[in-house]
Amino acid sequence: MTATMPINDPPPLLTVDGLTKHYDRHVGCAAVSFTLWPGEVLGLVGESGSGKTTLLACLAGRLTPSAGAVRFRTRAGAVVDVHRVAEPERRRLMRTEWGLVHQTPRDGLRLDVSAGANIGERLLTAGERHYGRIRATALDWLAAVEIDQARIDHRPSTFSGGMQQRLQIARTLVNRPQLVYMDEPTGGLDVSVQARLLDLLRRLVSDLGLAAVLVTHDLGVVRLLSDRLIVMRAGRVVEAGLTDQVLDDPQHPYTQLLVSSVLSV
Amino acid sequence: MSEPMIVASGLAKGFTLHTQGGTRLAVLAGVDFSVAAGECVALDGPSGSGKSSFLRLLYGNYRADAGRIAVRHRDDWVDLVTAPPRRVLAVRRETVGYVSQFLRVLPRVSARMLVAEPLRARGVAADAALARADALLERLGIPARLRGLAPATFSGGEQQRVNIARGLIADHPVLLLDEPTAALDAANRDRVVALIRAARDRGAAIVGIFHDAAVRAAVADRLFGFAAPSPRPVG
Repeated sequence: MTATMPINDPPPLLTVDGLTKHYDRHVGCAAVSFTLWPGEVLGLVGESGSGKTTLLACLAGRLTPSAGAVRFRTRAGAVVDVHRVAEPERRRLMRTEWGLVHQTPRDGLRLDVSAGANIGERLLTAGERHYGRIRATALDWLAAVEIDQARIDHRPSTFSGGMQQRLQIARTLVNRPQLVYMDEPTGGLDVSVQARLLDLLRRLVSDLGLAAVLVTHDLGVVRLLSDRLIVMRAGRVVEAGLTDQVLDDPQHPYTQLLVSSVLSV
Repeated sequence: MSEPMIVASGLAKGFTLHTQGGTRLAVLAGVDFSVAAGECVALDGPSGSGKSSFLRLLYGNYRADAGRIAVRHRDDWVDLVTAPPRRVLAVRRETVGYVSQFLRVLPRVSARMLVAEPLRARGVAADAALARADALLERLGIPARLRGLAPATFSGGEQQRVNIARGLIADHPVLLLDEPTAALDAANRDRVVALIRAARDRGAAIVGIFHDAAVRAAVADRLFGFAAPSPRPVG
């Protein structure tokens, strides 16, 4: 009996190699490496200050790492080094190939324009010029994220926190990215609102075949959404593996502490 | 029907409890095991002898300290102990199904959606998957009026039957069952026994923990024994 690897594995979507970010006095993240395949959801957990958000910013091309590389495979099949491409190209990739859902919806939305414009703006920058199609797509996405379509002309400043977060998700997904980065997407929301958002994210990720990197400190959220898990502490990866394996049979002392500190996951 | 589906050898498993002074618990050592297609093996032994841990190892939920777990996946063998996570997920999607003791309820997700999920994950269309889910829930005595509801408010027995439906719907070639009838009354227990026997008769390899002696007698072809209570602290 030999255990052989399948030869028909698709090429990875994202290859992260030795990613390190130093700040003046401390380490943001250090020597982080992992591979993500199309359609896979990876959870990044660890307490505040463990380097999750720094890592996410480096992955998404918003922060330049001190060392290491992030390689992304585009729809066209080209593998680009996210931090080595020219700035205009990186901005284009950030709009079309991947998206970022901020923890605070206000950071990912324009509060001074309507909900429809928040969604439509992304289509405009992608080259769509037909007003009727833009509005129809915006309406579709409002429905997809369970926002009353009658609110299309309202500004998001009049929305609840949960609605703002869902609008941000629609704005991020409207261009159909291959990968979405999410920074504590349920943080700051009421528990009942969280459940609705989690269900929505779960459905969207599965229906659209999206890959995702999900930063959270909530082990229940990763249990629900992620296939694999990376546990970080003080900027370093201390444990990685299948989500249920890491949560049910944690090996590292820090992971054991995290898991045993939660009432029930 | 005697083709082996799982062949485990030299399996060892222990836990190091770092949050409790580094206590080391040895649970399993040197376990050799196999199960063939069309066969149902009942894990036998007292509480704490490692039956559940063993079942979790066979699902890749626990990590073995030593040994290998070869699973026949498609026309190949995969060692769950060393396989990368993506491979383990593929094995779970297509080959190895698991019925845990308790249903993991998801907010806002209905019973029929939960049950249909393993088929959806294989790419079966929503309508077809939901139709299969409804038929299976019907067989398990979950009335139509409940199927569209999230099972958070269901009774223990109803939740367990939803869990069983979810575990059996995809006709996995290997089924791992952890106390599938623990919370059921006699009538529902008999329904589940019939489903387990049907799965075995279609050629599934089944490994289960059945505390109920009548259930065990009704489904198991042989017993696999676990020795004296462990885990016990060592060192």
